[in-house]
Amino acid sequence: MFDALSERLEGIFSKLKGRGYLKEEDVDLALREIRLALLEADINFKVVREFIARVKEKAVGKEVLDSLTPGQQVVKIVHSELIELLGSKNEKIRLSPNPPTIIMMVGLHGSGKTTTAAKLARLFKKQGRRPMLVAADLQRPAAVDQLITLGAQAGVPVFSSRETRDPVELSRASLQKARLEAQDIVILDTAGRFHIDEKLMTELGRVKEAVEPDEVLLVADAMTGQDAVNIARSFNDRIGIDGVVLTKMDGDARGGAALSLKAVTGKPIKFIGVGEKIEMLEPFHPDRIASRILGMGDVLSLIEKAREAVDLKEAEALQRKMTEESFTLEDLKDQLAKIRSMGPLENILSMIPGLGRQLKNVQVDEREFIKIEAIINSMTPGERREPQILNGSRKKRVAAGSGTRVSDVNRLLKQHREMKRMLKMFKGKKGRLAGLPRFMPF
Amino acid sequence: MGLFDRLKEGLQKTRRGFIGPIEQVFRGGGVDEAVIERFEEILITSDVGTAATVEIIDHLRAEAESGRLRDYNDVKEFLRREMLAILGLPQPFVLYQERPFVVLCVGVNGVGKTTTIGKIAKRLTSEGHSVIMAASDTFRAAAIEQLQIWAERSGAQIVKHQSGSDPAAVAYDAVEAAKARGVDVVMVDTAGRLHTKTPLMEELKKVKRVIQKSMPGAPHETLLTVDATTGQNALRQARMFDEAIGVTGIALTKLDGTARGGIIFAIKKELNIPVRLIGVGEGDEDLRDFVPEEFVRALLEG
Repeated sequence: MFDALSERLEGIFSKLKGRGYLKEEDVDLALREIRLALLEADINFKVVREFIARVKEKAVGKEVLDSLTPGQQVVKIVHSELIELLGSKNEKIRLSPNPPTIIMMVGLHGSGKTTTAAKLARLFKKQGRRPMLVAADLQRPAAVDQLITLGAQAGVPVFSSRETRDPVELSRASLQKARLEAQDIVILDTAGRFHIDEKLMTELGRVKEAVEPDEVLLVADAMTGQDAVNIARSFNDRIGIDGVVLTKMDGDARGGAALSLKAVTGKPIKFIGVGEKIEMLEPFHPDRIASRILGMGDVLSLIEKAREAVDLKEAEALQRKMTEESFTLEDLKDQLAKIRSMGPLENILSMIPGLGRQLKNVQVDEREFIKIEAIINSMTPGERREPQILNGSRKKRVAAGSGTRVSDVNRLLKQHREMKRMLKMFKGKKGRLAGLPRFMPF
Repeated sequence: MGLFDRLKEGLQKTRRGFIGPIEQVFRGGGVDEAVIERFEEILITSDVGTAATVEIIDHLRAEAESGRLRDYNDVKEFLRREMLAILGLPQPFVLYQERPFVVLCVGVNGVGKTTTIGKIAKRLTSEGHSVIMAASDTFRAAAIEQLQIWAERSGAQIVKHQSGSDPAAVAYDAVEAAKARGVDVVMVDTAGRLHTKTPLMEELKKVKRVIQKSMPGAPHETLLTVDATTGQNALRQARMFDEAIGVTGIALTKLDGTARGGIIFAIKKELNIPVRLIGVGEGDEDLRDFVPEEFVRALLEG
């Protein structure tokens, strides 16, 4: 979309080449396009209006930098204003000096409260803390079962009761239990219902009064439309929230709701949910979401993930191997493992600017990777170093061992040969993509 | 309470949000540019989307310039006709000839699929039909338990396997069981999945293929549940699910909040998928046939 938006703006600005400053009528023209883009991204109508006014004020009369076209200059201003509005840095959960820290999850039904509660618990446990989950959603059928199952996956105890129907009583009891067992973080999963449901909001208020949470987190679906402002305002006014978790960010929603939520409540977005699995919770980075709203890809996240996955020395060694043409199947396997450790491949590919749109229909099947790993694993060390020794009977053995067909083995060998050939072409271009694993041409 | 009253009550907050601003617009008098812009705001904030909004507003503008719109009632009538033209005639959820009648229910996470299935089952059993539910959501923790509770509430039978088992196999077994036991309807509950996850969409295609192995021509209805709170992404959801398995109808849930569900205009206009059912409350009887005329009337009238 950034590409599309940029192109559209370039079209408008192509008539204006040579002018050094952004004029009001040019900016107005550009902002009309930007306004539509922001509305398509589900940012609330009023929020967009205020935002456009702000951008206009900043953009008119601004000098167009030498390196940029006027269209790029306007998008740059829009981008940095978006970041400014979203908050300039990631904000963490405040831990109480007197444990347990009590975290209360609130939100609409279907927003992902139960899953997010379990993800948070897992995150804290990974940090060496002792979290406990409380199944205080006594409304939805089987919500308690769901939390118990997820708690088991996270290795975190779940406090629940089949007897009590009163979430206030249950929450109070859970705190007692937490203190008794020296749990230092308590995460309450509450019932989801509409923000205009008086009974539920009153009940949530009572739970809050009873447990005095350190942190009330509003869980909101990234796909939410214009209504995000009403939801956020109601929960903030009636219950009072300290932060937001934006869920289902692994879809293709632009996530304009993030801006609406922030604009209405002034409260930071602290986490984003990026998948159904329990480890798929990430800190929120305003700059990245700003890019996403404009469709600019998420280069920063990608680089960070690559950094986590690849140790610098290894990367250097790999680069040496690549240029020395000794890139074996063993190296290929290591590479694939690293890429896979960065998260679901589709997420990674979508972070590369420009690629996001092109790759929309060219989905990569993760199972292909599993197949390739299985084939390589079924080879002897000798075969991995020198694949040319693989004759017909060896290939048959490898195929049988990996549960694939000989044609799969042949395809992999062919791809590996092509890769080596390509790497040869990069020979001499040192320093390119240092630290970043090269993407394989599958 | 009649259907229309029930719908009106369910849409009360929707209407309050919608009609209020329109009346304010006319306090000032004639139909000028400010009035038109106000309508644009109303449509956009109802999640109608920029494309559909621009089209409706262009028509409104042309009509206003021709001088045919003089007062509030004129504009209301004009909007009613415009919106109805997009939504078309009612195409409710009905069982036709084939038995068992197989309904495949799909959607992204958290839209209310299982609840909708439960309510449809309840309605069908109360009309005297026998129903088997297929617990094909074998992924989400406790999804099978949730469906089980709905089966008990509605008096439907349930076919289930272990959590984590093959969803297509569950669906197959349910259709086979329905054939053997002479059951009227099979409701297949699938796991919520984002439309962007190719392997999960492939899994859905497989569920459909395997259902067809047991019964060619099934599923007879492929129902996509859409959350009215969702913004423009709902259109993408509809498009991707439609491309994967062919969606025949929409169940629009959570209309009892403050969201206005305007995305159905874009879905009907671009994909021609009709809304069959709407959820206007928590009660079992709050899942209603979608009647465009009543929906639009309830939106526009006090």
